[in-house]
Amino acid sequence: MTVTQAVFFLLAAFTLGAALLVVLATNIVHCAIALVFTFFGVAALYVLLDAEFLAAVQVLLYVGGITILLLFAIMLTSRISARGVKIMNEQAGISALVAFAIFALMVFANLKGFVLAAAPLPASYATASLGKLLLTTYVLPFEVVSILLLAAMVGAIILAKREREKD
Amino acid sequence: MVPLSHYLILSAALFAIGMFGALARRNAIGILMALELMFNAVNLNFVAFSRYLPQTMLQGQIFAIFVITVAAAEAAVGLAIVLGLYRNFKTVNVDEINLMKG
Repeated sequence: MTVTQAVFFLLAAFTLGAALLVVLATNIVHCAIALVFTFFGVAALYVLLDAEFLAAVQVLLYVGGITILLLFAIMLTSRISARGVKIMNEQAGISALVAFAIFALMVFANLKGFVLAAAPLPASYATASLGKLLLTTYVLPFEVVSILLLAAMVGAIILAKREREKD
Repeated sequence: MVPLSHYLILSAALFAIGMFGALARRNAIGILMALELMFNAVNLNFVAFSRYLPQTMLQGQIFAIFVITVAAAEAAVGLAIVLGLYRNFKTVNVDEINLMKG
């Protein structure tokens, strides 16, 4: 087992453990903290896959942005230290069954389909070409996505704004 | 080297965990967290494919960037909706919000 493989298995176990904690933890704040660790694990896996830019974006956007947003929402809504509250609905058993079936199906398809493409391509330093592509070939989706972000921002403000008292 | 199928299986496991959370959690914010897990699994798949399969224009990483952007927009709007729900129903448990159930 090479060092890369050892690192991969370590990161995989870390990420999956944190993800399980996100889904199973009773306290919703603990879920949010575990989510941070999952995001870090995935960012480290991006580094392992030679996608440094995406790893940086992952840390900035998910760890820095979305988690803070989630924590704000948690503090604005639920009573945090609600003990003895059921966290799962009555479909938990059948949900686990469905999720496991999907997992088995995907593993089956992966093992059947991608055995041949086992060795990675030679590493390329992708960040510079990523920037060039975003401003040349992919410039239209880039602009469309900026409009989407504007719309989402306005929509979130409208939705979260307190309704004015009707006189 | 780590073969591609290892990444795919890891991503499948992450996706299945997220799917279980999205189906079984009661708290709406917990469901959004599980959704983020699923987005991450998909992105991991894209990046792994972009590393292992021959390509000309880094499609995998570009698509992952767009997925991350749309996920950010989704999280903002979703959490605003959760706040609106809490204001109207005084709860964020999705099985208690059954106004449209006959």
